[in-house]
Amino acid sequence: MNMNTESNVDKNGAEGTGHSQEYLTFVLADESYGIDILKVQEIRGYDAVTKIANTPDFIKGVVNLRGLIVPIVDLRIKFGLGNVVYNEFTVVIILNLNGRVVGIVVDGVSDVMNLQSSQIRTVPDIVSSIDTKYITGLATVEDKMFILVEIEQLMNSQEMALMDSAVVH
Amino acid sequence: MSIDMSQFYEVFFDESEELLAEAERLLLGIDIASPDSEDLNAIFRAAHSIKGGAATFGFMDMTEITHVLENLLDKIRKNEMALTAEHVDAFLSAKDVLKMELDGHRLATEVDQDQVANVKMMLKELSEAGGIVIKPAPTVEAPVPAAPAVEAAPVVEAPVPAAPVAAAEIASGPKAFNIALPELTEKDVSNLKEELGLLGDVTSNKQANGRYVFTLKSDDSTEADIISICSFILDPKDLVITLASAAPAPATEAAPVSAEVVMSVTPVAVAEKPAEAGNKSDVAIHEEVGYGLFAKPGEEVVEEGYGFFAPFAPHKDAVKAELIGDDTPVSAEAAAATPAAEAKPVAGTSPAAKPAAKPASDKAAAASAEASSIRVGVEKVDQLINLVGELVITQAMIEQRVSKLDPINNEGLINSVSQLTRNTRDLQESVMSIRMMPMDFVFSRFPRMVRDLAAKLNKKIEFVTVGATTELDKGLIERIVDPLTHLVRNSVDHGVESPEKRKAAGKSETGKLTLSAAHKGGSIVIEVTDDGAGLNRDKLLAKASANGLQVSESMTDTEVFNLIFAPGFSTAEVVTDVSGRGVGMDVVKRNITAMGGTVEIRSALGFGTTISIALPLTLAILDGMSVSLGDSLYVVPLNLIVETMQPKMEDIKTVTNEGLMIHVRGEYLPIIPLYALFKQDTEIMHPTEGVLLIIEAEGKKAALFVDALVGQQQVVIKSLETNFKKIQGVSGATIMGDGSVALILDVPTVIKMGQTNIKEGAFA
Repeated sequence: MNMNTESNVDKNGAEGTGHSQEYLTFVLADESYGIDILKVQEIRGYDAVTKIANTPDFIKGVVNLRGLIVPIVDLRIKFGLGNVVYNEFTVVIILNLNGRVVGIVVDGVSDVMNLQSSQIRTVPDIVSSIDTKYITGLATVEDKMFILVEIEQLMNSQEMALMDSAVVH
Repeated sequence: MSIDMSQFYEVFFDESEELLAEAERLLLGIDIASPDSEDLNAIFRAAHSIKGGAATFGFMDMTEITHVLENLLDKIRKNEMALTAEHVDAFLSAKDVLKMELDGHRLATEVDQDQVANVKMMLKELSEAGGIVIKPAPTVEAPVPAAPAVEAAPVVEAPVPAAPVAAAEIASGPKAFNIALPELTEKDVSNLKEELGLLGDVTSNKQANGRYVFTLKSDDSTEADIISICSFILDPKDLVITLASAAPAPATEAAPVSAEVVMSVTPVAVAEKPAEAGNKSDVAIHEEVGYGLFAKPGEEVVEEGYGFFAPFAPHKDAVKAELIGDDTPVSAEAAAATPAAEAKPVAGTSPAAKPAAKPASDKAAAASAEASSIRVGVEKVDQLINLVGELVITQAMIEQRVSKLDPINNEGLINSVSQLTRNTRDLQESVMSIRMMPMDFVFSRFPRMVRDLAAKLNKKIEFVTVGATTELDKGLIERIVDPLTHLVRNSVDHGVESPEKRKAAGKSETGKLTLSAAHKGGSIVIEVTDDGAGLNRDKLLAKASANGLQVSESMTDTEVFNLIFAPGFSTAEVVTDVSGRGVGMDVVKRNITAMGGTVEIRSALGFGTTISIALPLTLAILDGMSVSLGDSLYVVPLNLIVETMQPKMEDIKTVTNEGLMIHVRGEYLPIIPLYALFKQDTEIMHPTEGVLLIIEAEGKKAALFVDALVGQQQVVIKSLETNFKKIQGVSGATIMGDGSVALILDVPTVIKMGQTNIKEGAFA
């Protein structure tokens, strides 16, 4: 479990011992996920997207975010979770990953949590639709499990098909 | 056509200032014991860029310093010399001197000539201390690098090809200098004589007015050497040096040294072919430009009665000299006056010089124009554009809501909103226009450069520009200047051969250099084409293996040509101050890649070379036709649409009951259904229900089948790659009036995709 690399945040806000970090948590079907809050730029509703041909179905398309063209990924489709409906409660989390702006569709945003590194457990070897290397750990708060995702690496990964792959000729 | 050169001066000043600041930052941060070669290269490139720019604008003083600086830096970065603290100090003071000279040109501030000479000496000494001496370019070493050089240089180089030759002769071979001293004490005079004795034989001669004139006979000294020595004792400005063999110098003290040196050369050359000066140049310039090289000297003659070149002239005057040249007869007249002035300083010149003097009256106007521009970061402008875009959308929403209100009860509100609509539209237009500029802004600085270079290298070059009205984003325009300058210089220097060689090869003596810009397949393509010798594959390979690059005979031509982009690679045998150091192409490639563009070389040995730069359209504006497909909108570049039609059933043909084609004006064109290509749901499945756009790209035609035409509009192209990736068949995206995103079709790729899909039977 290596939280040290990312713990330069929120040193003052640490309540107990160990390093702590703030996470934005969101819901996909009945699972709760958490991502580093510093990667989040804003949260907005789901607008009409412009579909893009010949892309995987979890890439919904692109939207205009104040003049920026931003791709939107539906994590529910990518993770194969829940029934995918788009209504006025559908939420898009806009991430800013080192300058690249990407939106992810989730069922709902729950909370911002401050987690101590002592609260985070490692992921056992399990089968899931995302590679476990993108899961930094599992945290338990009030008997609820939060899956902490290394969102930047996940979004930049080959399987998300959000970037030009390096081997394109 | 008149060109406002001042805009280019401003850009050069700003760029140089940035480069100097950057060089200083790097120098200050450098680790002397183990310098980062990347940093050294960066400093070297900064010096090189300043040199290139300074040479383009004729700021010879800056060119000289940077040239010496470059020689030294080159040795260090090639590890021929170890970096010492002394070097860094010298570089920093060179930077200070350059800044001072830059300010001298820009703000007309004082330039300390002693300091300039000292730094130059220091750099030269350091450079020679390393043992390997790179011969400086055989140009006249104009000793006092002040504005006089600005004026003087063009006179020497531009009009008559004979002039540079004459100039070069002065630089080598035994010479005799007459050095007229200002009033000095006997002790200083004898000291000076002793010092100058180091250079050659000195004889002194006391004049009637108590001043001394030295005659120095020396084989290889230059005026610069004399100045350097004299500057220990007296102010170089008070010094007058002339070549003893030339016409006797007018007795003048105020006229600056370099001016004198040039003077004694120029009149001879000009006098030989006075008719040629001004209008009969060997270089044909297509986009007609006048330079008025002689106007300014003429003006000075009127005011002073001697010294054709202003003492220290601020840059606005230099600009002036460029601007007033539209009227060729004036320049020619003034030119004709120049030799006359040599003989009869006052009387002979006044009438001819009068017309040239007129424009001087709006010096003040030029000065105020300088202050009327602000340099703003591109990101600020982008932010502004985006904000205005948002505003337009919000305004459209308000307008829509207001239109539903009762017009009688809400008359005031409705009027205000329509006012708002107009204001918003104007605002948007003004903001958009900030960024876009015609390529002319870049192209128009080259005729002069090509002309000067051609004269310097004794080549005959016809310079043609194509597509100067192509609009390009300002950010890209600014950044394309340096690479293009390098490419054009390279083409003139290495590409086009000398008239003799061309004749021997059975070509016309005059080489042709074409600079073109055009929108092509979702990019802006800028090409530098020459009909010169072309790239020699064998020579490149030999050079590459000599440079330690991995090469093999089996490489393709393209791969071999791309070798010239390797850092430090140059096929030129001699390093001149025009090119040949091999920095250029490396910088070109780097700059273009940084802009997201690509560089391609096409060359045929003996027939010429084309260097093609393709830039992404990132912020360029496109005239587009928006078309609908299901619930989506797509934009097709208007210039690629040949025609649009609603086909009749009988015009649609099939082969083996598949492979739809349309019969248009005797041609059979494949029909590419966009819905199938982009897997978009639509209810219109047969061409007769929708619209066919006949598109043409890269020599291929096809009929694109869409639902309907929506309208024609100008769209701002946004890159999909900023946050996403390249999508096949899509060159970018744009934001429509209602805030939604529409994709812009990459027509050449769409045609290719269509062909592949037809072959695979995807549309069957």
